[in-house]
Amino acid sequence: MAHAVPQRPNSSDTAVSRRVQTEGVFRKCDACGESVPVMALRRNLDVCPESGCGHHFQIGALRRVEITVDPDSFRELFGSIEPVDPLEFRARRSYAERLREAQRQTGLKEAVVCGEARIHGQDVVLAVMDCHFISGSMGSVVGEKITRAIEHATAMRRPIVIVCCSGGARMDEGALSLMQMAKTSAALYRHDQAGLACITVLTHPTLAGVSASFAFLGDVIIAEPKAMIGFTGAIVIEQTIKKKLPEGFQEAEFLLEHGQIDMVVERKNMRETLAKLLAFATHKPARRASATAEPIRMEGPEDAAAAQTEDGAIRPQGRAGGPAGRKRTAKQRKE
Amino acid sequence: MAPRPLSSYYLPFEQPLKAFDDRICKLEDLSKQNNMDLGADIAAQVAARERFLVETFSKLSSWERVQVARHVHRPQTADYVELMCEDFIELHGDRAFADDRAILTGFALMDGERFLLMGQHKGRDVHERAVCNFGLPQPEGYRKALWKMRLAEKYQLPIVSLIDTKGAAPDVGAEERGQSQAIAQNLMVMSGLKVPIVCIVIGEGGSGGALAIGVGDRFLIQEYAYFSVISPEGCASILWKDAERKAEAATALKLTASELLKLGIVDEIIPEPLGGAHRDPAAAARTLRATILRHLRELQTVPISQLLEQRYRKLRAIGKYREEVLEHVGAIVAD
Ligand SMILES: [Zn+2]
Repeated sequence: MAHAVPQRPNSSDTAVSRRVQTEGVFRKCDACGESVPVMALRRNLDVCPESGCGHHFQIGALRRVEITVDPDSFRELFGSIEPVDPLEFRARRSYAERLREAQRQTGLKEAVVCGEARIHGQDVVLAVMDCHFISGSMGSVVGEKITRAIEHATAMRRPIVIVCCSGGARMDEGALSLMQMAKTSAALYRHDQAGLACITVLTHPTLAGVSASFAFLGDVIIAEPKAMIGFTGAIVIEQTIKKKLPEGFQEAEFLLEHGQIDMVVERKNMRETLAKLLAFATHKPARRASATAEPIRMEGPEDAAAAQTEDGAIRPQGRAGGPAGRKRTAKQRKE
Repeated sequence: MAPRPLSSYYLPFEQPLKAFDDRICKLEDLSKQNNMDLGADIAAQVAARERFLVETFSKLSSWERVQVARHVHRPQTADYVELMCEDFIELHGDRAFADDRAILTGFALMDGERFLLMGQHKGRDVHERAVCNFGLPQPEGYRKALWKMRLAEKYQLPIVSLIDTKGAAPDVGAEERGQSQAIAQNLMVMSGLKVPIVCIVIGEGGSGGALAIGVGDRFLIQEYAYFSVISPEGCASILWKDAERKAEAATALKLTASELLKLGIVDEIIPEPLGGAHRDPAAAARTLRATILRHLRELQTVPISQLLEQRYRKLRAIGKYREEVLEHVGAIVAD
């Protein structure tokens, strides 16, 4: 690119290097247009620090893991699964080539990273998608890794947290991608039947095949502010109905208003929110651990084991799972 | 209602067929009016017509198959209900918001077998197409199907699902009322429903909107039906910014029955009459009926727990990827 902008003789090299440096130090915010110092952005969890902006930048899977789980608690699982090109799909470039490029650019093997971790001391299985890898689209590997993560959570009797970020099913793997929707949903059915919790976090964007499978199968569904969430893309809808779309259509807040999700949570509150929710979802681990495929739901006085779950970090909220709350939960679960 | 007369609409590559049909008609008229014996001429034309059909349909391109799947006179769910079932009691409504006519549901009786039959229905004339929204279901269609499926489970009736849609309805209301959630919920519940489920693509199997009634113990496809992650037009617009390159896209997507069989997505291809189901709906219905009965009877001999395990394994196995033999479990320390 250096020779593309040789405005002044002898200065092009320094101009380019300065521009590269600038790009490394500042990032332009898509929402407010300001150039934000990268260090400030990073300190602010990749949320625009400009007053009145608060735009949530897209972040990669590893960064998401870092800001979501307890330090050093993450252990990756299923990292050796790699994509292939089952259809020998080629348009302008071959799929195989696009895969190699995405791997080079992201340093990841695929668009999802899975593992075990702790959030405020609570064990979870975590799956985090990466939108920088072919738009975070779901092909065979994403489907397989998420399915394995769910199965692992079921086997370990742990909750699963899935952070979604995807343009949908990956076209380049044809119907194989489409079927990953069914595969992941089937795994979640078993996890659900085992009485285990699934929390999904929908980040920008969560669309189509991912939206219409595990993303919307969370017991509790959280979205980041302004995240675009939906089944059919807004452009396709606009072209089809030939009408202007309502303001904020398919944004997180729009979905909240229409009853489609539980809450919109800013990134800075995400870890805390997940921790609180997990505490509610797993408040009877001693009983759960002794349960088999069909857990026995009991009502009655709380025992000492339940108190053990109240991890130090979440003690202020732990009380919320008191007898009244618990009784109601038990009743609902009978259904 | 009587079965529709044989199709009078000809796809571009079917045009020579029109010439044959016209000639045969003319000869038949002539022989009637003038009391001439033109039997030999007619027989020759009929034989030539047959040769043309055999020749043409033995080497249809992917795009031509898509056109057959979309043929305006291709039999639809309601046609098959009329042609195959001794009795059918239609059941309406999702009990919450609407009766989405894009999905037809009801109790069916066929050769002594009772089951729940459901399927997308595009509509056979202008009026029906408007009522059925061209077979593009809203969330209510999927919720209606789900409601009836739960009823089938309660009554221990097996389920037969006929898939024929371009996809889920792309509109504002559908998104507001949770298209993603409705589809996801069906995928999850169908994977664990405690009755046999036979799914058959009878025309277009368009994306998540098709799959949403397509999870079960058998996934079958008619010879000229297709099943795809995206429409050929949509794929072409993304790949080449040119929907007109749909034929290339259709080939790349590997969406035909035989390709899907090779990919391990469909279990069986149901043969169609020469020239496609629209050339002889009654014959197509006979074959479909025999196939449905065979699978229903087979599946009903399998104990339900085993059936569910097989269903899970079947979904679980779909996908192509590479994996190192030794699972590498390394710690990624998020930096
Ligand atoms: Zn900003």
